[in-house]
Amino acid sequence: MLGVLRSTGIAGMVSAVVIAVATVFAAFGPTIAPYNPDLPSLGLAFVGPAGGHLLGFDFEGRDVLSRLIAGAQSSMLGPLAVVVGAMALGTVIAVVAAWRQRLTDTVVSSGLDILFAFPGILLAVLAAAVFGAGLTAAAVALAIAYMPYVARVLRGAALKERGQPYVAALEVQGSSASRICLRHIVPNMLPLIVAQATIMFGWAMVDLAAISFLGLGVQPPAPNWGVMISENEPGILQGYPLPALAAGLCIVAVVIAFNVLGERLFLQAQVQQAQAVRR
Amino acid sequence: MTVGDPNQNVPAAEGSVGAVLAGDGLAGGGPGGAPLLDVDRLTVRLPVGGVPRAVLRDVSLTVRVGEAVGLVGESGSGKSMTARAIDRLLPAGAQVEGQIRYRGRDISELSGGDLRAFRTKVAMIFQDPRAHVNPVRRIGDFMTEAMRANLRVPARYAHLRAIEMLAQVGIDDGARRLRQYPHELSGGMLQRVMIAAALLTDPVLLLADEPTTALDVTTQAEVMAILDDLRREYGLAMLFITHDLELAAAICDRTVVMYAGQVVEVRSSALLHQDPLHPYTAALAAARPDIERSSTRLRAIPGRPLSAFEAPADECAFAPRCPHASDACRQSLPALTELDGGLSRCVRAAELRGQLTVTHA
Amino acid sequence: MPDTTAPDLAGPDSTSPHSAALASNGPVLVVTSLRKEFGSLVAVDDVSFAVGAGRSMAIVGESGSGKTTIARMIVGLERPTRGTITACGADRSRPARSARDRRRRGAEVQIVFQDPYTSLDPRQSAEDAVSEALRLHHDWPADRCRSRVTELIDLVGLDARQARSLPRALSGGQRQRVAIARALAAEPRVLVLDESVAALDVSIQAQVLNLLADIRDETAVSYVLISHDLAVVRQLTDHAIVMHRGRVVEHGPTARVLDEPQDPYTRRLRASVPRPGWKPTRAGSESS
Repeated sequence: MLGVLRSTGIAGMVSAVVIAVATVFAAFGPTIAPYNPDLPSLGLAFVGPAGGHLLGFDFEGRDVLSRLIAGAQSSMLGPLAVVVGAMALGTVIAVVAAWRQRLTDTVVSSGLDILFAFPGILLAVLAAAVFGAGLTAAAVALAIAYMPYVARVLRGAALKERGQPYVAALEVQGSSASRICLRHIVPNMLPLIVAQATIMFGWAMVDLAAISFLGLGVQPPAPNWGVMISENEPGILQGYPLPALAAGLCIVAVVIAFNVLGERLFLQAQVQQAQAVRR
Repeated sequence: MTVGDPNQNVPAAEGSVGAVLAGDGLAGGGPGGAPLLDVDRLTVRLPVGGVPRAVLRDVSLTVRVGEAVGLVGESGSGKSMTARAIDRLLPAGAQVEGQIRYRGRDISELSGGDLRAFRTKVAMIFQDPRAHVNPVRRIGDFMTEAMRANLRVPARYAHLRAIEMLAQVGIDDGARRLRQYPHELSGGMLQRVMIAAALLTDPVLLLADEPTTALDVTTQAEVMAILDDLRREYGLAMLFITHDLELAAAICDRTVVMYAGQVVEVRSSALLHQDPLHPYTAALAAARPDIERSSTRLRAIPGRPLSAFEAPADECAFAPRCPHASDACRQSLPALTELDGGLSRCVRAAELRGQLTVTHA
Repeated sequence: MPDTTAPDLAGPDSTSPHSAALASNGPVLVVTSLRKEFGSLVAVDDVSFAVGAGRSMAIVGESGSGKTTIARMIVGLERPTRGTITACGADRSRPARSARDRRRRGAEVQIVFQDPYTSLDPRQSAEDAVSEALRLHHDWPADRCRSRVTELIDLVGLDARQARSLPRALSGGQRQRVAIARALAAEPRVLVLDESVAALDVSIQAQVLNLLADIRDETAVSYVLISHDLAVVRQLTDHAIVMHRGRVVEHGPTARVLDEPQDPYTRRLRASVPRPGWKPTRAGSESS
């Protein structure tokens, strides 16, 4: 795996570092934050960087840096749930459609076409209206909205593997369809799956941040980067942009990192496919 | 000129090697004088994983006006690379030593108008026609492109010429074909179209890189017959690249055999099977099953064909697999020496004359 | 008119050391009136033949002849439109119903494909591929599996290092050997060779053909060789059927079919094979 990372170049490796840092914060955030992220102190509202508070205070006087670190958890877990959900669903659907082809494939493709019509955020808003605001509903809605993209990309790769003689050889051996799909077809699609998941993380993060910004995702006072932008927005007009901007930058940095790494992994996956064809 | 090969031992006098390469005194060749195409000690290195590796070593061959020369080899022998070098289609980063001369001029010095003229005179026919034709353009556009661009032929005339040439390759409804797209034609048809297209620029030399390998055997016979007819009619020279020794020997005047990026034998086709000059040629011919009889087991060559970059620089590349290998073969890289009107890169060629069997088990 | 009686190649080879065991078994593969339609295209039309135990048969033809479709129907990758296929006495004209059925059929007929570069899972080492096939058909303890895998790898002429290698580290010839070992893991009675040596260099092709002959001597397996290469057909098989546009145009002992072809297409095929002194002639122009 390190080899794969190294071959993504400087940009890829820097992105991987950024992601790693964000992951560490997500895992241990609340415990490693320098100050209590939830302790309001209204007298310190919007005070700039001072003393040990590198990024100053937010609109309720809470330490911004601590809140960012603690907020990494919900900001990263949400997209993770979306990606896991969309990838799992999408992979299963793509492989089943590619394996059975004909009618199943036609039905699945038509179904996916219908789902494509629903933009993710719209579906999330709908979910919030029906199930109430919260991260779970938003994540599920996004997973469903993203699934067709995954299925479309993976279906092509699955069809290609399905048509390879080694799959036919396994069929003639008497191997079952599920065994061939799980042990042979999916593993050969792994580079593509990983690349797709990585890029998708970035999208999910942006969408979830937007949903939280709208107040339909994570609810305040829980720390979350998207929520922080919305709560500290008044500060921008009052001349205290730092809290909102800092939260925005966190999102941007992590999303860019995922995009860059994902694109490079994607390229690698394509190179691998091409190399498999060449002698 | 090139740097001489320091590993050569007892090279034949350059004049006689040159004469043999040019085909003097062999099967009904063409007029004497300078050869049309002269590949002179060509060595090509390509970067593989950053390290330059030799894919062609000291390759020399000539084609004279109107002559058909076969270039035979297995995977890694360098036969396709040679064709690409001649057509100046080597990949970027290739290091080239030696010269390729067309009508006496070094082709690496050609540029602009001269290069375009060279390309109209030396036409290449590829193995897989579909990979070398634009699928979204009509056949007519593809066929007349070179004429219109390089020879400034007016479109209507180019069109007529194309229809004429299609008839020559046995496609009668040329006008209809010109309006079709490549996917509407079968492999055999498309290859005939490629041949017709190649002939439209009035070439004098055809480089055919395994043009029939992807075709059915009856289609292959048909396409070979067309190539043969047209070659004779237009007096074309041809360098025919193939892995099929029998095919090359049947339709070419002389055959060049390559192994591990080197030329190991040059022989008149008529003599190639009955009196080969290199153990590899004999072994290759003997390894092939005989359509006229089956044998208990075939005379397989042990081991596998070496690629050029795996070949050692100081001993015979074929020695590990050769049934006639001796210590002399491992002492130094054998030079291409003249023998009975042919060339052989075998140190023991003279003493093995008559012992190199081509008969099957 | 083509001879419509089914060529009967039944009867075990009485010179084989396994003849005693095989004598009572009859033909291992029987195909009757096989037909395959793809929409309006008839790819295979009324093909019948039988292959005896330990015998080898060739299906000769060019592209579009239907030979590959027949191979695919025999191993169950295509479903016949009409007709029957019977292997080792069991009918396999319709797709297998259960996993057990599929595996049983796998133990009767196996296949080696043409392209060595795509017939192995790129992520599996040679010994893993063979071992997976073995475990599909036998419920043996681990060490017995391992030793059988080693036997098979050895049988096809590969060494331990090659056995542990991934396909990308192996040459075309070596990959075909792995494919053969994998096919033999199921101990099939019939091995379908779908142009299995066509993509190999001449010197490697000779090695693999010799290997196939060795295997046949040792296991009395029957070969069904799909090929367009008449010399290979001569070398490996004792009976041949010639296909043209989905129909059998000629059948008989390989030597007779190649030396004295009766059908005009077979003659044309035979005449198209390059040999020293051969001069290709144009059959006539093509307008379709």
